[in-house]
Amino acid sequence: MNYTIDQLAQLEAEAIYVLRETAAQFENPALLFSGGKDSIVMAWLARKAFWPAKIPFPLVHIDTGHNFPETMTYRDSFVENLGARLIVGSVQASIDAGRVREETGPDASRNMLQTVTLLDTVEEHQYDAALGGGRRDEEKARAKERFFSARDEFGQWDPKNQRPELWNIFNGRKHHGEHFRVFPLSNWTEMDIWMYIQREEIELPNLYFSHKRNVIKRGNALLAECKYVSPQPGELAEEKVVRFRTIGDATCTGAVESDADTLDKIIQEVATARQTERGTRADDQRSETAMEDRKKEGYF
Amino acid sequence: MAYRYFATPRRKFIIADTPGHIQYTRNMVTGASTANLAIILIDARHGVIEQTCRHSFIASLLRIQHVVIAVNKMDLVDYSEEAYLKIVDQFKQFSSRLRNIVDVSFIPISALNGDNVVDKSDKMPWYQGPSLLYHLETVYIGSDRNHVDARFPVQWVIRPHSDEYHDFRGYAGRVSSGVFKPGDDIVVQPSGFTSKIKAIYADEKEVDEAFSPMSVAIRLEDEIDISRGDLIAKPNNPPESTQDIEAMICWFSAEAPLAVRGKYVLRHTTNEVKAMVKEVKYKMNINNLHKIEDDLTFQLNDIGRISLRTSKPIASDPYQNNRATGSFVLIDEQTNQTVAAGMIL
Repeated sequence: MNYTIDQLAQLEAEAIYVLRETAAQFENPALLFSGGKDSIVMAWLARKAFWPAKIPFPLVHIDTGHNFPETMTYRDSFVENLGARLIVGSVQASIDAGRVREETGPDASRNMLQTVTLLDTVEEHQYDAALGGGRRDEEKARAKERFFSARDEFGQWDPKNQRPELWNIFNGRKHHGEHFRVFPLSNWTEMDIWMYIQREEIELPNLYFSHKRNVIKRGNALLAECKYVSPQPGELAEEKVVRFRTIGDATCTGAVESDADTLDKIIQEVATARQTERGTRADDQRSETAMEDRKKEGYF
Repeated sequence: MAYRYFATPRRKFIIADTPGHIQYTRNMVTGASTANLAIILIDARHGVIEQTCRHSFIASLLRIQHVVIAVNKMDLVDYSEEAYLKIVDQFKQFSSRLRNIVDVSFIPISALNGDNVVDKSDKMPWYQGPSLLYHLETVYIGSDRNHVDARFPVQWVIRPHSDEYHDFRGYAGRVSSGVFKPGDDIVVQPSGFTSKIKAIYADEKEVDEAFSPMSVAIRLEDEIDISRGDLIAKPNNPPESTQDIEAMICWFSAEAPLAVRGKYVLRHTTNEVKAMVKEVKYKMNINNLHKIEDDLTFQLNDIGRISLRTSKPIASDPYQNNRATGSFVLIDEQTNQTVAAGMIL
C-alpha cells in the first residue's frame, strides 16, 4: 500500500490540526475574516475541521468602511453559505468614538487604524485567540512567525519573545489579559493557496480576476478610482485591464495589469511573477520594516 | 529563526533557517524537530570539527533520518578526491556513535562556484553521485513515517447537536502513525476501554482508511467516555502507559535552570499532565559527545538525560520509534514559557 497524501492534502491536514488545537486550547477564539483569499481558505478549512458541527467560533471582519463593494457582497453570501456567525468591528465607529484620528492627505489610508479597531474588538468580545490567514512566505517579518503567536496585554508582538514550537506541540497557555494570534496557513505559499482554491473549486470575489477598471498610478501602485480615491493634481485616471492580488482597504490595495481572468491563468501568472503579492500594497511600501513595525503594534 | 520556502517541479521545500553556533542550540533543536533532512556543511580545508559534531548530534537526537554531508569549498583544495575521501572517512568513524541517522550521503561541492550544487561539476570527474539539488529532489522520504503502530491522539470531540446528526459523536484528530480502518478493533489509552471503529470521516465524507498525517474524525461503535488527550490505538499493539519517563531533554530557558524535584506542565500529543523532575542522570558535551557527570545543572541550551514522574499515566512510545508519541515539551507554570523539549527513551 502507498500511504501518502500529496502536498496540498498535507497542508490541509496541518491547517485543520491547528484550527482544532485553537478551538481546544482557547475559551473564546475568533477567525479574522477580511474577504481576501487567505481568510476565505482558512474559513473553508474551518468548516471541514468541525464538520458536521458548525464552526465553533465566529468570523470577525474589521471593516475599514473603505471596502470595495464587491468584497462586502461576497462576504455576506460566503458567510451565509458557511453557516457561520459574523461579527463586524468598524473603523468608522472607532473614528466616530474618537479612538483614532483619520489620516489626511492624498495617501490617507485607514489601514493603520484597523489595528486599534482590531484590538478594541478583541477586547470587547474578550477573544483570547484570533485566527489569521498570515503566511510565512508573504514577507520578511512573517517568516519568523509561530503558529501560536503570543501577544501581551497591549496586543503587541515581540519577535524576540516567542515560544519555541517543536514537532506539532503548541503551547497556548496564557496569563489573564494576554491573547494569541494563530496562523494555520503558516506553511502555505501563495501558489499553494491558488492551487487549493482551484482544487476545491472555491468561489472568490471577482476582484481577483482581470477586468476593466479606472485606475490611478500613485507611487508604484495602481489604485482603483472610487469613492475614496480620486486623482490628485498631476494624476490621471485611466482605464486598464487589471486584477487585485490582495484584497484590503480600497485606499491602499493596488491592482496589477493583468489579463488573467481564470484560475488557470492566475496560477500561470503567479508561477512566473517576481514581485511578491504584497509588493502591490502601498501600506508595505512606507518603509523597509513597515510590516514588522505594524505587527509589533498588534497588526494582523 | 525563520522559515523559507522554495519549490522545484519535483518537490516543495521548507528551510528552517537557524544559526549554527552553540548559543543557538535551542533554535537548532526546534528547527530539527520537524525536519526530514539536514545538510551539514564541512569546510574541505578543515574537515570534521566541533561544529560538525554538534550539528550531527542534534540531527541524530531529533531523529532527522536523512543527512547530507556537503563537503564545501572544494575549489580551495583543488577539487582533490583525496581530501574529500579523508573527510568522508573521518565523518564515518565519528558518526558510528550516532544511532538515529538512517541515511547519510556525501557530496563534494563548491557553493561559491556552484560545483555539484544544481548541476554536476566537470571539475570532479571522480565523483559519481548526484548534485545536491538533485539529491534533495529525489531522496525517498516515503518510509520516514511510521505506518505500523496505530496511534490517534484525540484533539476535540465533535458533537453537532443537529437534527440531521443527532447522536453524532466524532473524535477529531490527526493520525500520528499507523493505519486505521472502519471495523478495526481499538483500545483507548489510558482508560483501556475497547471498541470498534464505526466510520472515519475526512473532507466532509466517509473514507476507507486514515493514516499519518491525515486529519480525520473517527466514530466508534460504543458510547465510551473519551476526551481530548486520550489516545486511540490497536489492542494488539498499544503504546506503553506509564508515569515514569526517561528522556533526553534540551533546556530552553535563559531565565532559570532546570529544578530537580521541580514541577512542570508536560505536554505530550494533545495531553497535558503535571510532571516532577526526579533525577538528572547526565549532561552531554555536544562538541565531543562526552558525558558530563560532575555538573548536573541544566542551563539554556544544555542537553542531557533526566527522569520524570507524571501525575497521571501517559501513553507514549520511544522517540526513536515514533516522533509524535515520543516527544513532549515542559512548560513553566508561572511564566507559561516552553522551557524544555523532551525525547522519550
